[in-house]
Amino acid sequence: MHHYFPHTPDDIRTMLDRIGVETLDDLYSDVPAGLRLRQPYNLPPSQSEKEIRDFFDSLSSHNLSLKCFAGAGQYNHYTPAVVSSLSARSEFLTAYTPYQPEISQGTLQYIFEYQTIMSRLTGLEVSNASMYDGATATAEAMLMAAAHSRRRSRVLVSATINPAVREVIDTYATYHGITVDTVAAIDGVTSREDLETKLSAGDVAGVIVASPNYYGILEDYTGWADICHAAKALLIMNCPAICLASIKTPGEWGADIAVGDAQSLGMPLNFGGPYLGYLCATKALMRKMPGRIVGQTTDDRGNRVFVLTLQAREQHIRREKATSNICSNQGLMALHTAIYVSLMGARGLREVNDTGYRAAHYLADRLTATGKMRLRYPDRPYFNEMAMTVDFDLDLFMAKAMEQGILPGVRIDDSTLLIATTEMLSRDDLDQYILLVQTM
Amino acid sequence: MSKIYYAPTHEYIIVDGNIGTIGITDYAQHALGNVVYVDMPEVDDEVEAGQDFGAIESVKAASDLISPVTGTVIEINDALADNPRLVNQDPMANWIIKVEIADPSELDSLLDAGAYAAICK
Amino acid sequence: MNRKYYSKLIFELSHPGRHGYSLPSNGLDTPVDLPETLSRKTPPDLPEVDEPAVVRHYNNMSTNNFGVDTGFYPLGSCTMKYNPKINEEIASHSGMLQLHPSTPAVAAQGALMIYYTLQWMLSEIGGMAEFTLNPFAGAHGELTGLMVIRAYHRSRGDFRRTKVIIPDSAHGTNPASAAVAGLEIVEVRSRPDGTVDVDDLRPLLDDTVAAMMMTNPNTLGIFEKNIPEIAELVHGAGALLYYDGANLNPMLGVARPGDMGFDVMHINLHKTFSTPHGGGGPGSGPVGVRAGLEQFLPNPRVVRRPDGSFDIISSSDALGRISATLGNYAIAARALAYILSMGREGIMMAGRLATLNANYIKESLKDLYKLPIEGVCKHEFVFDGLADKSTGVTTLNVAKRLLDHGYHAPTIYFPLLFHESLMIEPTETESLETLDEFIAVMREIAREASETPDIVRDAPHDTPIGHPDDTQAALTPVTTYTA
Repeated sequence: MHHYFPHTPDDIRTMLDRIGVETLDDLYSDVPAGLRLRQPYNLPPSQSEKEIRDFFDSLSSHNLSLKCFAGAGQYNHYTPAVVSSLSARSEFLTAYTPYQPEISQGTLQYIFEYQTIMSRLTGLEVSNASMYDGATATAEAMLMAAAHSRRRSRVLVSATINPAVREVIDTYATYHGITVDTVAAIDGVTSREDLETKLSAGDVAGVIVASPNYYGILEDYTGWADICHAAKALLIMNCPAICLASIKTPGEWGADIAVGDAQSLGMPLNFGGPYLGYLCATKALMRKMPGRIVGQTTDDRGNRVFVLTLQAREQHIRREKATSNICSNQGLMALHTAIYVSLMGARGLREVNDTGYRAAHYLADRLTATGKMRLRYPDRPYFNEMAMTVDFDLDLFMAKAMEQGILPGVRIDDSTLLIATTEMLSRDDLDQYILLVQTM
Repeated sequence: MSKIYYAPTHEYIIVDGNIGTIGITDYAQHALGNVVYVDMPEVDDEVEAGQDFGAIESVKAASDLISPVTGTVIEINDALADNPRLVNQDPMANWIIKVEIADPSELDSLLDAGAYAAICK
Repeated sequence: MNRKYYSKLIFELSHPGRHGYSLPSNGLDTPVDLPETLSRKTPPDLPEVDEPAVVRHYNNMSTNNFGVDTGFYPLGSCTMKYNPKINEEIASHSGMLQLHPSTPAVAAQGALMIYYTLQWMLSEIGGMAEFTLNPFAGAHGELTGLMVIRAYHRSRGDFRRTKVIIPDSAHGTNPASAAVAGLEIVEVRSRPDGTVDVDDLRPLLDDTVAAMMMTNPNTLGIFEKNIPEIAELVHGAGALLYYDGANLNPMLGVARPGDMGFDVMHINLHKTFSTPHGGGGPGSGPVGVRAGLEQFLPNPRVVRRPDGSFDIISSSDALGRISATLGNYAIAARALAYILSMGREGIMMAGRLATLNANYIKESLKDLYKLPIEGVCKHEFVFDGLADKSTGVTTLNVAKRLLDHGYHAPTIYFPLLFHESLMIEPTETESLETLDEFIAVMREIAREASETPDIVRDAPHDTPIGHPDDTQAALTPVTTYTA
């Protein structure tokens, strides 16, 4: 018997006798013979732990270990040892959704801390207990705007949003029955004039914009909330979470909903997941939010305690009328966020941002000086990521860089590379990149 | 002279001239338990007979509010925003919305007190 | 579990001037000159805590939590099986952690092989042609699967199919996912034994129906033996049959959804394939399809080239994109480690042992708890509260009393078919001794309910906190900390 199974042959006999059947297969007498497996699965035989380790070790050697200048929504930040150590605690790791608050205060407390952290970062009053990732959180915000407006069926999305996020928005919209229109971009930023034109056509439930946007540019949204609200549309802002420690917040811009990926808060890249999408909103929209929400209350002993609350929004009560079909959150990644931010504090987050900012500007200046690359939008303020136009064969460059152990960025068209920098890159790494470009 | 009608979805409407005062019945508030939130439309919103105009929530349940008539909202009960539990205390006194009724003939398809009591058994 | 309540929040440990990080420096000290109009006015009010204080805080917090590693967790429909430790080590392998999702396929062959290998293993177990691992959770899988079905009908120029048939016993996620996918929900009634009423189903099927969603076994743990007839009816009407994998565990080694006639399915890796629930996530909800529907799976897809290498592709036939990346990759790696460890022989046994454990508990308690549906169950079963209804002790009371005895409660008040539902799923990783102890406690609680009912009604007595006031929480929501 496999070592995850406690059953001895005697145990099985005892149990079958209690049930009153002869064999294990008798427990399946109601499964028609024609439906049953005729032969065992075509799967490999059981392997020992050592063999499993060896298998994964050999596979990882087929991944190239590259210095990461890629971003486009996911950023290579340092994960402190404390985060991995604490979030591996069995009591956190192996718990289910906290349905029984009397024996789940650990999960409920860290989610409450997480909600507070995200609320303070975004400048909006209410955070849910987290979503799958930034792209799906943005799609959920769109559904929330449509539901809030009751009958409006259009959503406007800036052309400067990450195209992968846009594709997810489009998918959800197509099937749900929402029309998505693009607000045009001029010189790397969203056109205010086009926004006003498209809003004036009416029937708009929400407007989705980003900052920093896909090109790493910080956009100026002064007055945008007023324009949207005058047209009775909600303003939804998508921002990578860590930037919010430095940049003007969705709350300060007057946005109604803030969404994005919290992967930038020190989560390992993990080839795509798990990450965490955050979703925060004004108090007026609290009961329209998707997903779990933890609230504070008191118990019959007078303790301050925490529970899942506002559950009347959710699928297990509202079924098809629920605000969303989501019935989980990214619990463990919310714990990751709470621990990471606790270690870093506002000062640490700021330091991470400043380090990435300085590296990006240093790199952009020197790459421009090579005469072989230049900023695609030189007049725009950018953060730790920038779009650069190249004068050489980009595919050749990518291949050459990878040979030298560098993932040089994300190729967004034949002549444009999106380059991101974080605290993980040393000055030597930056200089190696510059030298490489000089050889092109 | 006002008259009370009931919907099978447990809303009542007190009709006075062309003004209808809509709330949920005592049976409904009892079934829901402690009401924690009433989602109400805005003044001037249109409501349609048989369509939801809001929702009412308790801790473990939620129910759509279905309008018994078509019309325009002329007043909402603001007191419920701060204290939704008033619905539990006296659901008749603590109505939810008042509407101007567009088509009084819709009232004919509603239930009287006796017929409503029968479906609550 | 520590029964003394650790009540502090990290914000209450904050002390100005402390910090818990050490960051690398690139030596650059050029000014950071963000325009003031684009800058945050004041820094966020976040904790200032040293590293040892953070460690102690979260360790203490964890001790008020109950997990599978703490004790028996018979939560129905959640498959709380043991989460193997080797899986965690595999997932924290440094060669995986640092891999950026935009890494070109040529530099990520190892990761793509993990992805591809798990895809085909799930296809083998599900009886499907291909799986996508992109969906992040079970509910996300349902949504994706329904989108596959809509994309299929649309590709045939069939735009009339806007309805989905769902049994009245289904979990709330099914209708909620269907609503997000823009489908109209039609409920089909259950018979007294909880299975789908085929006579009620027949007239519901026409050319406006896109799909029917089912679990098998259903939410009562009963195998839907009419499934061949249901599949024939659904297919005869031109609709597709969707398998909600929430209850796949007892079918491991016994029967495959594909062979039962299902066209599209999802699997919860966090249930059937042992990845940890993490307090509510991250999960993973891979979606599989039968041959002929592969092209509708969401972008991006992982494929194997004739030369044996792996690649990432996108196509315009696909339903679209439902995630920015290839999904929760580190969860997929854990599930693969589990399947490799279990191997063919382990997976073949898992379903039978899960079913054995469930039936053993059921048969040992049915004299004291009301069993509404007699007969053999699969991985789980439902009691309709205590057999003796005269005590006034409810299912909620029994659930809370179990907490005093060091067990997690079963799922309660679901399914909605009974007033006092108490749904028990033990899984295959629990021993006879654990089950016997649980049975003894359940019998003790039934005795208490008759002899000293107040002790059950007032439970729990021995947990870190007492009964929370849910009404206060919902009436005046406090969702963030204020000093």
